[in-house]
Amino acid sequence: MSLAHDTRVTVRPTAAVQRSRLRGWPEIDNPAAWAVAAILLIMPLIANGFFLIEIFATTLILGLMALSLMFLAGYGGMVSLMQLTIAGFSAYMVAVFGASGNANISLGWPWWLAVPMALALATIFGTLGGALAVRTEGIYTIMITLAIGAAFYYFTNQNWAIFNGHTGINTVATPHFWGVNWRADIPFYYIVLAVAALCYFAVDYISRAPFGLALQGVRDNPRRMAALGFNVNAHRVAAYAFASFVAALAGVLQVWNYRQISPGSVSVGACIDILIIAVVGGITRPIGPFIGALIFVLLRTFALDFLVKLGLDGNRFRLLIGLGFLAIVFWSSDGVIGLWQSWRRRQRSGAASSSGRHGREAGRESGQGSTQGSRHG
Amino acid sequence: MAGKLVENLAKDPPKDPAMDSVAQRLSVVGAGAALELRGVTRLFGALAALTDITITVRPGERRAVLGSNGAGKTTLFNCITGDFPPSSGTIRFFGEDVTHFPPYERIRRGLRRTYQISALFPGLTVQDNVYLACRGVSRGRFSFLRPGQNDALMHAAENLVQAVHLSGVKDQRVAELAHGQQRQLEIALALAGAPRFVLFDEPAAGLSPTERAELIEILTSLPAHIGYIIIEHDMDVALRVVESVTMMHNGRIFKEGRPQEIESDPEVQELYLGGGHE
Repeated sequence: MSLAHDTRVTVRPTAAVQRSRLRGWPEIDNPAAWAVAAILLIMPLIANGFFLIEIFATTLILGLMALSLMFLAGYGGMVSLMQLTIAGFSAYMVAVFGASGNANISLGWPWWLAVPMALALATIFGTLGGALAVRTEGIYTIMITLAIGAAFYYFTNQNWAIFNGHTGINTVATPHFWGVNWRADIPFYYIVLAVAALCYFAVDYISRAPFGLALQGVRDNPRRMAALGFNVNAHRVAAYAFASFVAALAGVLQVWNYRQISPGSVSVGACIDILIIAVVGGITRPIGPFIGALIFVLLRTFALDFLVKLGLDGNRFRLLIGLGFLAIVFWSSDGVIGLWQSWRRRQRSGAASSSGRHGREAGRESGQGSTQGSRHG
Repeated sequence: MAGKLVENLAKDPPKDPAMDSVAQRLSVVGAGAALELRGVTRLFGALAALTDITITVRPGERRAVLGSNGAGKTTLFNCITGDFPPSSGTIRFFGEDVTHFPPYERIRRGLRRTYQISALFPGLTVQDNVYLACRGVSRGRFSFLRPGQNDALMHAAENLVQAVHLSGVKDQRVAELAHGQQRQLEIALALAGAPRFVLFDEPAAGLSPTERAELIEILTSLPAHIGYIIIEHDMDVALRVVESVTMMHNGRIFKEGRPQEIESDPEVQELYLGGGHE
């Protein structure tokens, strides 16, 4: 027993270092993350307007929507198919409360009034939908959220008083202030990048805060969470509220990006695209949705030319996405991130076996030894 | 190690002033019985899993519930914690009628339980599992702020992890733990915060003889004010850690008494002890 205690004391510093790194920002000592951040920041110097907006800004906006799904599904175990619908609702509200070409519908509020209004309403909309969905589990959650998405799509198609039917709302005004047109390519790219970065770090931060940890507890074992004093359903609804806010932010950016919103943007197919993006990227970490979105946008943009070159119908780019989706789900339960991590693990274990164990692993070994010792000793 | 556990439990819980005052207030209110069940019946369709159960347990009392499989022991626990509310009857916890309370409200009043099959959070680390248990019975469950360096609950969780011998693996995911370690963690989760009464559902299931000895040490060294009910098939464990025994059979209370009386009762031996070893 005393021997076991001694070993444990020597292990503790290693464990403490590991934990402080887990609790802090793991990215800080990852040079690749710094490189990506630098490239994203100087992107306007490298890329032309097409790449900046059609590829990168669009990726970040879709990534934000998928991030809101990743938060619910990865941390909370709730697969919501209505995240795009919430974003679409927010986009519609920006168009309705702000200024647009449809003067009979739009109220013409300045953007700094219309945007908070849209964010608030879309968050309430998503939270109410979530309050319905949390009464169910698994496939029924998917069905309820899909039903909300489908209902909203058909409603926008048929309602002319607010949503202007199938033509939607066009020429939506975008913000101009401080003498800058914020929808011009470079300023808009930075707005999108800033919002995406903010949400990414917020999700990453919250995942280690009591709220996020409790959400992961709810995912792993809701009944035990109740037996620890947590109100499980309240936690789930709160998670929907947070995810709805992220999706609503993405909706505002999307309507500014395209300057129009119509039922086609909130179709059931588009709802499912968000699920595909999140699953292809990986839903265990917040970076996954952005990787998935980049793959999706690149395929959507370039697969057409590629297929035409092969003599196939360009509209079949979804076939490529579908095949890629199948392949990824087949080989990795955690999307592209999962593939990357297992590749890294294989590399590292190969290196470790050739050059001998380094400190961290040896420390963990002795940690295991000590508990075994204490149990048998 | 047992001494350390007592020390931790004695000094750690009253870190949250709000919770402390609630605990004090309730303990003043409920001077009579820790747990009082009156005519509790639980039906599953036409099947009566529990029929007219009436039990009174004093604060600090330690009691074993024995009975063959299907006797209704775990259903009894589920009714007490609110996992399955009783079909009829009342349950009082320290004088307060909690019959219609959701589980989390009962837990916040000082009730705890462990599960027969470990109910942990496999995707989280050992430390985070215990931290959640500490957080669940204090304020800030919805906090968006990460715990800082001097977070009182984080320290309470660390002490609890140490008390159940899991310091060496506290940063490992629970999914990677051995069975015995998971059982130890299961107990740690039930001892977080300021427990006043604990329900242990077969805590020795699947433990080695050495681990059983440690379990007995943990149970006997709990602070005197913490009472518990333990379901346990292993008589060597069960009868060594309690002062009273309730025998259940087919959803009813069959016999109550002191461990020696129950052990030597011919009816009990025929029904349970004898039958079990056939």
